[in-house]
Amino acid sequence: MSDPAVSGPAVRVGGGDGGSGTAPRGAAAPRARHARRAKSPGGSPARPSRGAPAGRPASLWSDAWHELRRRPLFVAAAVLIGVILLMAAVPQLFTSVDPYDAASCRLGDARQAPSAAHWFGTDNQGCDTLARTVYGTRNSLLVGLSTTAVTVLVGGLLGLVAGFRGGLPDALLSRVSEVFFAIPSVLGALLILAVFRTGTVWTVMLALAVLAWPMTFRIMRAAVIAARGQDYVVAARALGASGRRIMFRHILPNAVTSVIVVATVNLGVFIAAEAGLSFLGVGIQSPEISWGLMIADARPRFLEAASPLLFPAAFLSLTVLAFIMLGDAVRDALDPKLR
Amino acid sequence: MTARPHQVPLRRGPPAIRETPAELYERLVLGRYIIRRLLQAIPVLLGATLLIYAVVFALPGDPIASMYGEKRMDPDIIRIVREQYHLNDPFIVQYWHYISGVFQGDLGTTFAKVPVSEIIAGKFQVTLNLGLTALLMEAVIGVGLGFYAALRRGRAQDTMVLAATLLLISIPTLVTGFVLQLLLGVRLRQGTGIEIFPISGVSDGWRSYLLPAFVLAGTSIAYLTRLTRTSLAETLRADYIRTAVAKGMPRRRVVGRHALRNALIPLVTYLGADLGTLMGGAVITETIFNLPGIGQELFRSVYERQQPVVVGIVTLLVLVYILANLIVDLLYAVLDPRIRYE
Repeated sequence: MSDPAVSGPAVRVGGGDGGSGTAPRGAAAPRARHARRAKSPGGSPARPSRGAPAGRPASLWSDAWHELRRRPLFVAAAVLIGVILLMAAVPQLFTSVDPYDAASCRLGDARQAPSAAHWFGTDNQGCDTLARTVYGTRNSLLVGLSTTAVTVLVGGLLGLVAGFRGGLPDALLSRVSEVFFAIPSVLGALLILAVFRTGTVWTVMLALAVLAWPMTFRIMRAAVIAARGQDYVVAARALGASGRRIMFRHILPNAVTSVIVVATVNLGVFIAAEAGLSFLGVGIQSPEISWGLMIADARPRFLEAASPLLFPAAFLSLTVLAFIMLGDAVRDALDPKLR
Repeated sequence: MTARPHQVPLRRGPPAIRETPAELYERLVLGRYIIRRLLQAIPVLLGATLLIYAVVFALPGDPIASMYGEKRMDPDIIRIVREQYHLNDPFIVQYWHYISGVFQGDLGTTFAKVPVSEIIAGKFQVTLNLGLTALLMEAVIGVGLGFYAALRRGRAQDTMVLAATLLLISIPTLVTGFVLQLLLGVRLRQGTGIEIFPISGVSDGWRSYLLPAFVLAGTSIAYLTRLTRTSLAETLRADYIRTAVAKGMPRRRVVGRHALRNALIPLVTYLGADLGTLMGGAVITETIFNLPGIGQELFRSVYERQQPVVVGIVTLLVLVYILANLIVDLLYAVLDPRIRYE
């Protein structure tokens, strides 16, 4: 705590919705959030201290966690995402076949219908569709998670600086983001990937992130500008807090919620985008396994044998669905106003 | 929103035969606004084309070599051709040659001397048809469903619409494309013997676009439905709606005249921004349904290193994005007379 002046008095400034005087760091910020939540029309009333250890004011996060656990939408999304994560981490649990081993495919068994031996049937090369679909989860998730992380870090940080500093940095960053925003993302990603020649998880991530950061940037910038004028920021400034402290301790925790909501939904969107790019042949390349690539491979014989296309397609849709459901649930819990 | 309140009222109703001074002033203000918006778009256009030009410049391979294939060429001819296309100049000089042509309405020629505009025109028409059909479906279905849900907020129908939009948002174009192609294009035809939805190419006129446009619009339909539902529900809580109901106005009129028009503004904004997104994202749909649009052309041009075609396509799409957003801003005044331009 480099700035004791802020934490002490801020507790009294915030007004008394539960909680004692020994405030944890950055206490002013969570209080302001409670005030906002309580005021919002139609929103659930703030529950100041339920769930939090006695003597500590409830944070937005413990509130949100309580809200979330009661929602069937969240529970369904969480279970689904748990299974997907497990599939990405240890695919061996779900299938005994190793699809990266070429010996596991037999051309003589090509395009078999689902059976006891091959639950999802086999593809054009006689490979087990179940094994390939399960092993494809990892690349999809890697692209989705890494692209989300990069866009949140880059877009979020630039948005924080632009929104907080204003003036020239804001004008410059905003113009640059407009330029990137105007470029159609699928076509742009296709071009960037063509420069690299070979698509891997990391080049796909880069191509998507280069074109997607302006969205996080805009949301963060708008949230920071809204938070900048709030009373608790004025109070912190009046008490002599430094610019960096106000930016990271007071503004960031309040502005970050809207970014998190969008990031969760975007995770699903990036996974779909990876599949699309791999389908077009510029994304992840064989022998790596990707759902988009499997769909492209199954396409020429789609009308005779639909299962090698439909199973990866179903997994892809379920994964995207899981993250979009999670995004919906998190949004409802974090910001009732957006509902 | 770039439009700001202004004290001079914008002209409404049928156009007057003689212009009053206020109307003249009004027209000048609107004209100045449009010109300013177009000027503001220039840096975006320059930045986006420069960026794309740089990426295309960095593409591996030599365009002249790929033009002559495996054949060994006379070095003199190669030198002359390279000079003709300014290929020996530094990057920024090449870009200058290109962009000064664009501002004179010339998108350049390919390395086979075919004007780029000629190559793109037909392809662009296909993608534009696809994009506009998708936009129309989006507007009709999205607003309709959202309207339906908003008037039944909290009831079973509302929940069903919400669940349907969740599904529609989650299923990628790649999946809906193939599934609908199989179910509606192939199985339905096998079942009934009539071809209702053509599944490939554009030889069936407007019917060719129905299925691809629906696939392309899928996610947007869902977003627009949700947006309509939220926007209309919000508007229905406004004071003027309560007043209208209190003075005995029929519900149909309250919703249709007062609420809908006020709820339209965010929807129009979304639709305007979406045309560019739909056209730019059409490449997957075009591939699934074999539509000869700009996505396919871009794909081919990237591999043939036809820089002018690639940059030309992206430039056109950026222009569509900018113009659609300008039209949206101008529509605001029609929807809400309180919005003025300055």
